[in-house]
Amino acid sequence: MSFSEAIGTFLFSIFRLSTPIIYAALAACITKQTGLLNMAIEGIMLTAALSSVVFSALTQSVVLGVLFGMLAGSLIGGIISYANLIGKTELYLTCIAINLIATGGTTFALYMITGTKGTTFSALPSLEVPNIDIPFIKDIPILGTMLSGHSILTYFAFVCAFLVWLLIYKTRLGLRMRCVGENPNAALSVGISVTRIKTVAYLISGAVGGLGGAFMSMSYVTWFSRDMLAGRGFIGLSANNITAGSPVGATLFSMLFGIADASANVLQITAAGLSYFVKMIPYIITILGMVIMEAIRIRKGLKFKDQVVRKAIAGTANEKDLT
Amino acid sequence: MSELLKVENITKIYTNGFVANKDISFTVNANEIHALVGENGAGKTTLMKILFGMEDYQEGAIYLEGEKLELKSPLDAIHKGIGMIHQHFMLVPSLSIAENIVLGIEPTKASFFDYNEAVKITSDIAKKYNFNIDVTKKVNEISVAQMQKVEILKALIRGVKILIMDEPTAVLTPQETKELFEQLVILRDSGYAIIFISHKLEEIMQLCDRVTILRKGRCVGTYNIADMTEAKISRLMIGRDVELKFNKKAKQAKNTVMEIRNLICVNDDGKRVVDNVSLNIHAGEILGIVGIEGNGQKEFSEAICGFSEYHAGSVRFNGVDIKGKSIRELRQMGIAHIPEDRMKNGCAMNLSVKDNIIGDRYFSPQFRKFGFLNSKAINRFVDQCISDFEIACDNRNQPVRMLSGGNIQKVVVAREFTSGCKFILASQPTRGIDVGTTEMIRKLLISMSHEKDVATVLVSADLNELLEVSDRLIVMRKGKIVAAFPTTQGVTEELLGEYMLGIKTMTAAEMEDLL
Repeated sequence: MSFSEAIGTFLFSIFRLSTPIIYAALAACITKQTGLLNMAIEGIMLTAALSSVVFSALTQSVVLGVLFGMLAGSLIGGIISYANLIGKTELYLTCIAINLIATGGTTFALYMITGTKGTTFSALPSLEVPNIDIPFIKDIPILGTMLSGHSILTYFAFVCAFLVWLLIYKTRLGLRMRCVGENPNAALSVGISVTRIKTVAYLISGAVGGLGGAFMSMSYVTWFSRDMLAGRGFIGLSANNITAGSPVGATLFSMLFGIADASANVLQITAAGLSYFVKMIPYIITILGMVIMEAIRIRKGLKFKDQVVRKAIAGTANEKDLT
Repeated sequence: MSELLKVENITKIYTNGFVANKDISFTVNANEIHALVGENGAGKTTLMKILFGMEDYQEGAIYLEGEKLELKSPLDAIHKGIGMIHQHFMLVPSLSIAENIVLGIEPTKASFFDYNEAVKITSDIAKKYNFNIDVTKKVNEISVAQMQKVEILKALIRGVKILIMDEPTAVLTPQETKELFEQLVILRDSGYAIIFISHKLEEIMQLCDRVTILRKGRCVGTYNIADMTEAKISRLMIGRDVELKFNKKAKQAKNTVMEIRNLICVNDDGKRVVDNVSLNIHAGEILGIVGIEGNGQKEFSEAICGFSEYHAGSVRFNGVDIKGKSIRELRQMGIAHIPEDRMKNGCAMNLSVKDNIIGDRYFSPQFRKFGFLNSKAINRFVDQCISDFEIACDNRNQPVRMLSGGNIQKVVVAREFTSGCKFILASQPTRGIDVGTTEMIRKLLISMSHEKDVATVLVSADLNELLEVSDRLIVMRKGKIVAAFPTTQGVTEELLGEYMLGIKTMTAAEMEDLL
């Protein structure tokens, strides 16, 4: 493998590894705009991953496999919203419960279907979402390797970011979602059903998360194995939290986590003994990233305030406002 | 005049057995502004929630233009033609005025939200009723008075015939109130009915056509305003005469308790919200701070009691600089504070009456025994407070959030007034509180300062209160003191209004000996 090819492959893996995180972040973004923290995104994606594998094997259709992944995600979203909005359970506890149920439940289903507890690899003839070569671009060195030959679902992740942006900022539903997220009383006062909007948000969020799950089991690999999400849902959640609900920001931050993930993988090959340590890198970066971002934000705020105060006391600031 | 709304024998009993409304009947006509008054806890809020479909009721019926209403939700009420302007605005700060107004009935084009159309229809209706606002502005950029207009437009655009307004003037300046009243009269004359809830009886006398009075969940009756006086209404509201005018003794000059020199507070936008204020506050006097909200009274008053920071100048309390002192140290020095927001800063809503009252002194030896809390001493003390301050609660262990607004404030007042303080800052101590409690708090403020020599600073949006209670007044505008009055004698609301608005300003020389 030439050096440029190696670089290209590395860059390629960034996109591949970012894909599930982007879907997770977008799923979290939708609920965040509605004022909810979707902590169950991990469980949603895990369930969707299993559902995709099973139904693609059963129907022998890629499209149906992906659709059933989305459906499973929405179903979980629906369960959470029912428990939280109708049953009035605590949202975070509900989400934690969903994550735990998903871990145990998928393993149980796996065992019931295949008789093994590890993976569907040999037991289910599941399908793969096709990869696409982009004409012309694929022949450019590095760029071609990096951008061409990805799964349809990887390309769609970026389309999805745009669609989520469109939904939130340009549609009636999006306006209502933001209204519910910012001031539920305002929504109530004009007869918008907060319960309905939140439920819809959870259903859409579940479907988007479901795409991420389908990617994991029908593209990233072509089987389901227990706990295969390995925290990607949570990473996506934090990518979204750092960027405070912006779909574009969440996508970019997911890419950053993708880079961390890809770097860890490369280091894993060159330094096998450190593999477990290296595996921690994305998570360490997550925590450090959040701490540093917050520290910068606070420091900047303090510094800014300090400057503002000094200026105002010196009497140079906004003199015309005062008179 | 045609009868628009008819309420017949409404009875509402909450699941905990509390009877909020009992056999309430009244009618509201078109072309009428109908006042609804009652003390806190008299059942006004519940009744309004019923009319707006937010609460159900056990007995009775509501008729709109002769048709019986079964309101399931606020949406139902709006569809039928009943709109409500809440005391706390139901707006989304980051959205524009136009977006806020059309929420729920958004115009669309090709299945996307049509912002331009929203701007067009909202500015059309604003023009029609003579509302002067720019609908493309974001709500977080506009004044409270404008937010209220947005709320009214929200109701009008939905075609309501009856507007319920819950204490609309509580947040407005006298001039803004006047403007609102003019607009309400326009609406009344265009055929709308307005149900006007207020504690301010003089406003009701001035604006309304009829008044319905509630007392302890029951309807006392509906009266023509022309036949009523303020005294008559308040007598019917509480069943006895209220004394809102006080006989104050002339104050004598006492020693300076708080010495404020060149105080400056800067907000996040770099604006001096308190601009070079110097002032002495003496023992045994009540200093009233007058000003339109947002002119630095809040920042100034919070800075001098250590609740928020200041950026230049000095504040000395009995000769000691308060900079860098913790709230606990300041309290032990003798500073007490009745905060503006009693729900947020005055009380811990989920804690009991008892815990709230001893919140600032549970550590004192008086309430401790072998390192543990001394329940006996605490209970004795708290029960004394409950009876002294007439706090209406089931028992000392009832969570504060279960109490009515007036009683929550009594809990705060009980704690602050028994703290052995030498200085009290009272911020909006009677805002949104019933007449009976208001009377009690004002009397307490006066007796604390005149009999126990406490230095008091009163910040209030209620000019009448400031004139009645204070010994001397200062007016703040844009962070500066623009007027000072050594006594309230001969000072009128109109005069204060002129200084508040900047029509008049006193020179430094004029105020020299008054600060």
